[in-house]
Amino acid sequence: MSNGKKNEMSGSGRSLLEVSGVTLQYKTAHHLVTAAYKVDFSVEEAERYVILGPSGCGKSTLLKAVGGFMPPVEGSIRIRGREVTEPGPDRMMVFQEFEQLMPWKTVLQNVLFPMKVTRKFSGEEARKRARAAIDKVKLTPFLGVYPHMLSGGMKMRVAIARAMALEPDILLMDEPFAALDAITRRTMQQELLTLWNQLHFTMLFVTHSIEEAMIVGSRILILSPHPGRVRAELNTGAFDFNNMDDPEFGAMAKRIHGLLFDTQAKEPEPVTA
Amino acid sequence: MTTTERIPAAGTARPEFEREPIDASGIGNVERPLPLFERFYRNDVVQRTAIILLLIVIWEAYARWLDYALLFPTFTETVRVAFVDRAELWLRIAATMRALLIGYTAGLAVAAVFTTLAVASDFGARFLSTLTAMFNPLPAIALLPLALIWFGLGTPSLVFVIIHSVLWAVALNTLTGFRAVPETLRMSGRNLGLKGVRYVVLILVPAAFPSILAGLKIGWAFAWRTLIAAELVFGASSRSGGLGWYIFAARSELDTARVFAGLLAVIVIGLLVEAVIFRTIESRTVKLWGMQR
Ligand SMILES: Nc1ncnc2c1ncn2[C@@H]1O[C@H](COP(=O)(O)OP(=O)(O)OP(=O)(O)O)[C@@H](O)[C@H]1O
Ligand SMILES: [Mg+2]
Repeated sequence: MSNGKKNEMSGSGRSLLEVSGVTLQYKTAHHLVTAAYKVDFSVEEAERYVILGPSGCGKSTLLKAVGGFMPPVEGSIRIRGREVTEPGPDRMMVFQEFEQLMPWKTVLQNVLFPMKVTRKFSGEEARKRARAAIDKVKLTPFLGVYPHMLSGGMKMRVAIARAMALEPDILLMDEPFAALDAITRRTMQQELLTLWNQLHFTMLFVTHSIEEAMIVGSRILILSPHPGRVRAELNTGAFDFNNMDDPEFGAMAKRIHGLLFDTQAKEPEPVTA
Repeated sequence: MTTTERIPAAGTARPEFEREPIDASGIGNVERPLPLFERFYRNDVVQRTAIILLLIVIWEAYARWLDYALLFPTFTETVRVAFVDRAELWLRIAATMRALLIGYTAGLAVAAVFTTLAVASDFGARFLSTLTAMFNPLPAIALLPLALIWFGLGTPSLVFVIIHSVLWAVALNTLTGFRAVPETLRMSGRNLGLKGVRYVVLILVPAAFPSILAGLKIGWAFAWRTLIAAELVFGASSRSGGLGWYIFAARSELDTARVFAGLLAVIVIGLLVEAVIFRTIESRTVKLWGMQR
């Protein structure tokens, strides 16, 4: 095995998040869209759990349900045994969209805001944490800037800093690095892993990049194309930046690729009108 | 015939190159001030003042050429009369502003209650939009006779019509603004466990601030118009009458210069509120936040 720091065991054996038999549907004016169908998975404490699947398979929807924004039509979602019924700061979410920052607050104020309203940290400590988090995402020169003057990737980094500064029970991240350029993306992945090595927080991370899933995640849930159903769950804690060129890495990537794009998983669509 | 022979082979014609980016160190740290004349010329206040001065010159020139003070007094004459009358004018302005402030504030308070109800429930939203559809098109002046029957002559009647003219514009704009707040922003607010009044005050109000501000501006314009018109109709209670009454009284004495002085005061106040108060709010909020150009 390589000497990457990441190879420590992740996952504590104690389950933090329990998703069982969850079906998620959107009601529109004319249709009932099933985004996820009878999905089961559980996330253990300190695990880096990745949801991987093709576009439109319901990854964001699943994350929103865990966030408490969308009640499942069947099944249940539990955090530490308690049913999720509404959003809360114990599950900080980094959304896929850019407009999650408050345009009327500067970068620093945006990061401070959650700590203030949840009263989790206050005063000088909140300020210190906010500055540290902003420094981690390399935005210190932009502390006093309003979000409309940031690029898409920079906004995403502020959202990440904001979520991490609050130290939630579980971080829900919806393709947080998708808008970043290759170099920044790589740096952010590294930062996230370094941070994880320090704090051992739990995260649920959505991506559609196989490589990112393998590097960031310790366990990967693979979803089938729309409507999202569980296809596989794999352990990828052994892979990191140091062994990207190893044959095992390539073999695993190939295996995931196969699971994502095979056709035999096709079933009659449970989408009803 | 084929067309292929006319297409040059790809990749042969244009040479590749690599180079060090040119030196750009001088661009970031040297802030070059614009030439004084250009800064002066581009200044908004300067341009607006110039426009107003131009209008005054045209007024003065036309009035002198007409030379008929009873119909169209000159600017200088108007200002002179306003200066002579300044004690009374100030009183009138104070009376008008008092009624306006009471009415405007009360209108905003009622609008806040209505929009809170509208945010809280679908029924509230329907209630508000139905009321708005009914009463927004109703001219405030048309309610004045009713106000006179209910409240008699005096400030309460004025306040009543001002509330009517402010309320619907502000409530409608605020509700529209709330509805347009992006879903992601709402969710990131709710993610923090914000609910009820805190959610409205900390998330919805600032996020909808451009529309709310537009509502406040429209409400102010409606209120100011309605108030002056209502005072003109009042007539009788000259002791407590406002600017509208001043104009009305001057007309009955055929004192055109005083009519002009009163109108000038109405215009100047309108201009000041727009150019000073609302512009300051705008540049400190929605413009600063990039929510409005
Ligand atoms: N607000 C909505 N109303 C109706 N249908 C929706 C809504 N949001 C998503 N859907 C549908 O639900 C399905 C899953 O959407 P979701 O956003 O969860 O996909 P995703 O896996 O996150 O895709 P991507 O990788 O492109 O972000 C899609 O078919 C989409 O059309
Ligand atoms: Mg998505």
